[in-house]
Amino acid sequence: MPEIIRKGAVVQDDWQVVRPEAGQGVNDLPPGHVIVPLGLWLANTEALIARGNVAVWLAGTDDPALVAPWLERLPLVAVDFPKFTDGRGYSVAYLLRSRFGWRGELRAIGDVLPDQVFYMQRVGFDAFAVRSDRSVATALRALKTFSDAYQGSWDNPVPAFRREPRPWPESLGQDSLKARQQA
Amino acid sequence: MYRYDTIDRTLVNERVEQYRDQLTRHLAGELSEDEFRPLRLQNGLYIQRHAPMLRVAIPYGLLSAKQLRMLAHIARKYDRGFGHFTTRQNIQYNWPKLEDSADILADLASVEMHAIQTSGNCVRNITSDEFAGIAPDEIVDPRPLSEILRQWSTFHPEFAFLPRKFKIAVNGAAEDRAATAFHDIGIYVLRNFEGELGVRVLVGGGMGRTPIIGHVIRDFLPWKHVLTYIEAILRVYNRHGRRDNMYKARIKILVKALGPEEFTRQVEEEWVHVKDGPGTLTREELDRVTAYFPAPEYETLADVDAGHEQHLAENAAFARWVGRSVRPHRIAGYRSVVLSLKKTGVPPGDATAEQMEAVADWSERFGFGEIRVSHEQNLILSDVRVSDLHTLWLEAKTAGLATPNIGLITDIIACPGGDFCSLANAKSIPIAEAIQRRFDDLDYIHDIGELNINISGCMNSCGHHHAGHIGILGVDKDGEEWYQVSIGGADGSSAGHGRSAIGKVIGPSFKAEAMPDVISTLVDTFVELRDEGERFIDVVDRLGQAPFKARVYASRQEKEVLDA
Ligand code: SF4
Repeated sequence: MPEIIRKGAVVQDDWQVVRPEAGQGVNDLPPGHVIVPLGLWLANTEALIARGNVAVWLAGTDDPALVAPWLERLPLVAVDFPKFTDGRGYSVAYLLRSRFGWRGELRAIGDVLPDQVFYMQRVGFDAFAVRSDRSVATALRALKTFSDAYQGSWDNPVPAFRREPRPWPESLGQDSLKARQQA
Repeated sequence: MYRYDTIDRTLVNERVEQYRDQLTRHLAGELSEDEFRPLRLQNGLYIQRHAPMLRVAIPYGLLSAKQLRMLAHIARKYDRGFGHFTTRQNIQYNWPKLEDSADILADLASVEMHAIQTSGNCVRNITSDEFAGIAPDEIVDPRPLSEILRQWSTFHPEFAFLPRKFKIAVNGAAEDRAATAFHDIGIYVLRNFEGELGVRVLVGGGMGRTPIIGHVIRDFLPWKHVLTYIEAILRVYNRHGRRDNMYKARIKILVKALGPEEFTRQVEEEWVHVKDGPGTLTREELDRVTAYFPAPEYETLADVDAGHEQHLAENAAFARWVGRSVRPHRIAGYRSVVLSLKKTGVPPGDATAEQMEAVADWSERFGFGEIRVSHEQNLILSDVRVSDLHTLWLEAKTAGLATPNIGLITDIIACPGGDFCSLANAKSIPIAEAIQRRFDDLDYIHDIGELNINISGCMNSCGHHHAGHIGILGVDKDGEEWYQVSIGGADGSSAGHGRSAIGKVIGPSFKAEAMPDVISTLVDTFVELRDEGERFIDVVDRLGQAPFKARVYASRQEKEVLDA
């Protein structure tokens, strides 16, 4: 069974990502746990719910609002990176989390490489199906690349300037801070 | 100047370690060139014609003496003893070794500098007015907001893989000295009628293949909303900007395709969700960052200095330099001084390690240890006492930094072009030099007056040719280098009456050998047609291209020109 990273640990996982070719439909799905494209889900929702063991993946071009009504019925949601340089998935993930309230597993699929997982986790991904020819261990380490961040995102919406008191310039001293605050 | 605190230091150091690990994996063959490329680019490292090129950020063009000395040290230790200052207030090294790149970044980090996001499809170095904080026409000091934006954009997790590069400029003075309207986002910091602090937001400006002046999408936005508003713009762009064609991937193309109204509507719709959220700036943060840019401890001085007046009266060469290089200052008795990196025979924007060290020394002796880098590729000493100008001039002359040509025809803005850049269609540096050699009579170039020549070696427009009063673009025709000439561009500064305008191509392109003659003909035409006090750009504005075009092409043989 392939290994993925889920919630900061390497785990075995049997969800299969389905990328149907033209003309393929619900009846062509392999057995077991499948992650189907949003389009297939929207066109065959009832059949897929009846089948069970179905999750959905979104492309960078998909509008996350379209999956919003179904979130309660989904065991996991994935976002696809056709190429690691295609950054749309970051915004899609951020919107799924912050705007549409998805709290379940959010998995990065496709061209998922160790050097991108840090940013991915910040925007809301908590599972990473690292490309099979790349080291899951390296990716796991990369999740800890930075110990702080300036700006807010899904992992911590509060930017550094609101999070902790940052120092006042030493050269000016605390008196001048107080004077300014009173002014 | 801004100083790093624990967060800044931690992030920059962790970035060096992250890059070192990536470089090691790349050299060990674990990270393919395709996968390494975007990572090294976001650390400023290109692979160029001869060697890697490292582009180091000089955020909003501000340097301390210590930082400039480190740039000199890097030039000497890892390069061939010089660096190239760019139109985006960066410095580029043309000969570092890939294996050394992590060490160079570590050296930079030791003086609170970095090369983060100086390339790649992400938010680039924030640029601003090189006279920030000292210019008499300043409305609001743009540096605090520039620094706040630097921090916000650094390692922004959602916007590191945009459709294309993304440039933001901030200007806070009456004169636009940051070519603001030519940026993906242009920000004018200002006050409204009620005296409230805010910004005007422009989107979709840019040069390149499709030069466009940015559209105002918010005339006045209260300062605390700046970050959330920019977040909304970037989210719309990240999701909907084109990714199928890199020439159509900049935000300007999206704004054009949707129309500015529809684009603005989408931004406002997105903004509703983040407005007043935790990304909203606080008074405390603005005050905190502002406090890093205090006015230095100026002495109370008379604005007129008898010794200086005497030097002016007695020394015409000194007076000529003062006329071009010395700029007014907000504080009586002080001036800012532009040190020309445009000496004939030296590639525009290049400085040697020795020159950088000399400038660092002067900044401490004659000022408060601060240096600025301008988008015109010159260096600026920000706070020089009037009484010190003559001594400074003597030393700057010896160092080759006192060419009295600021704003004149030989103060050419040029990209590194085909001598270094692997994207180039044609060379830039020899064209600049040939023009400088043609215009070697100082009296004449002063008589011609203000004239900006900008040269880019390809459509990427690093030399800002679209904004040049005379713009020169290298084009490739069947493997040969040709040059397309445009006139009437303006970068928004007072040199073009504060307008931002895109130059228009005058006609078919020319071969390199013809360029000095072409420029001479353009200048001769101007000299004949000008009224009292008119500059080149004024005559182009008044009479249009026709007389210039007629003269240039009438005097040229058919075979020398090429259908553009
Ligand atoms: S304009 Fe073109 S040739 Fe010149 S530096 Fe930029 S990319 Fe290179």
